[in-house]
Amino acid sequence: MKCDFCDQKATVFLTQLVEGQMKKVCLCDNCAKERGVTDPTGFSLADLLLGGLPGGPGTVPAGQPKAAPGNGKKCVTCGFTLDDLRRVRRFGCSDCYSTFSEEVAQMVRGMHKGTSHLGKVPEGLMAIQFRHQRIEELRSRLDQAIASESYEEAAGIRDEIRTLDEVKI
Amino acid sequence: MMRFSTLIKHPADWMAGGPGEHGAVLTSRIRLARNLNRHPFPGWAKRDQRAAALDLMRPAIEALPAMKGAFSHELGDLTSVQKQVLVERHLISREHAARGDGSAAVIERRQTFSIMLNEEDHLRMQAIRPGLQLSAAFAALSELDTELENSLEFAFDPTLGYLTTCPTNLGTGLRASAMLHLPGLVLSDQIGQVLQAVNKIGLAVRGLYGEGTESLGNLYQISNQSTLGESEETIIRRLERVISQVANHEQNAREKLLQDDPEMVADKIGRAYGVLRFAHIIDSKEALNHLSLLRLGGTIGFFPPETVVLCDTLLMDIQPAHLQLHSGRKLSAEERDSIRAEIVRSRLLSLESPDIRIPANESNTSPDTSNPGDA
Repeated sequence: MKCDFCDQKATVFLTQLVEGQMKKVCLCDNCAKERGVTDPTGFSLADLLLGGLPGGPGTVPAGQPKAAPGNGKKCVTCGFTLDDLRRVRRFGCSDCYSTFSEEVAQMVRGMHKGTSHLGKVPEGLMAIQFRHQRIEELRSRLDQAIASESYEEAAGIRDEIRTLDEVKI
Repeated sequence: MMRFSTLIKHPADWMAGGPGEHGAVLTSRIRLARNLNRHPFPGWAKRDQRAAALDLMRPAIEALPAMKGAFSHELGDLTSVQKQVLVERHLISREHAARGDGSAAVIERRQTFSIMLNEEDHLRMQAIRPGLQLSAAFAALSELDTELENSLEFAFDPTLGYLTTCPTNLGTGLRASAMLHLPGLVLSDQIGQVLQAVNKIGLAVRGLYGEGTESLGNLYQISNQSTLGESEETIIRRLERVISQVANHEQNAREKLLQDDPEMVADKIGRAYGVLRFAHIIDSKEALNHLSLLRLGGTIGFFPPETVVLCDTLLMDIQPAHLQLHSGRKLSAEERDSIRAEIVRSRLLSLESPDIRIPANESNTSPDTSNPGDA
């Protein structure tokens, strides 16, 4: 039998209950060592299943055919698929949260005290958001000014937009 | 760069006891989870992507003023004993210790901040303080986090907050926890009831080393579970309130035990003292449980108050990896048990036998005491 991570001969066979499902992984000596499988106390199969190679590790839930294929949804940034999400209940990258927004909404419901963030916001981000908002505002005022042919005011607004646009993060 | 031996040589500030009473709360910990925007999370990233993320994060962290001259190593460069020592000190997680190259740990000199790179999330940052100081720990860590924002772009969504690998950490990415010593509640059989109440309001209770670990030495960790839908301040305030209440219950339980059954308390603490002072072979579990009683004795006047710090330091030093580090070689379980006993005996050498005062006028259980003041 071949290792799930490379083409070497598998020597370590692992079965563990992950999220109530039996999962099996076969590894060669090297991959087992590299992934810390030799130290049973610090090892969780869930982490290993997450540790993907291109296309993800070839693991199949034991005693059950491959789960029903997802609807083909796949994160363009990192290649994470709906099947991956169903398997590990974790995400591949920050963009997965928009790719799988429906699934996220379902998962988050009941998991926490609420469904929207009330805590800290990165300062830089706040400044960026504020600036975007301000530029939007100015643009609509600019349109109005042009529509009403107040060109002097329009020029002033245009300069202000320019200054805001030039500020880099 | 700081060497492992230098980092570990001294006990951390937070182990040497906090301000005020050394009652029930040993330490407060704050953890923040952060990820890089648009970089695959560590568990999904390919080897080179993980290395790229590490190359981005590590210099940014090492450049923080608070991290000047910090211990900073890839996990592949550390031996398994070294990694295990860091786990025993709560500086890295068990999961992180299982990792190798592509993951790193940066630990501040005094061990008050530690940052795991490429754990489940790109960054798991932690601050530890002695006693009940969750707010102070959060303030310090949040400052560090804000500084990092200048050099790293974190994944953030206005609705979901900080984006994490696992949705259970979404929002604040905050895990606040305190380590509590609750022998009074255990001895008076109230612990189950108290912990159940804590659980009911959505807080998690765990043993000494987190998830799935057994409670040893009457030590319990209480932490928040929900991270989304509330501000950091709200989460921390609730925890601090609950923890203070539990600490009060513990205090009351100790007082009541001393009043109702002083002989039982004296017997337990006396036996613990005897075993620890004179045992030559002692396993981790037995040592922890007796040290717990010794510590209790230190808080109720059976031993001088500094006994509490002595116990807290020993608690760390008798763990398996610490013992191996101390002896500089791999030890069998039998060897560990005798070296553990040796260390405990030597540290307790100057600790005099317990000053046991059973309040004679309150107690009807010992009418035959030779106390002349018996009324």
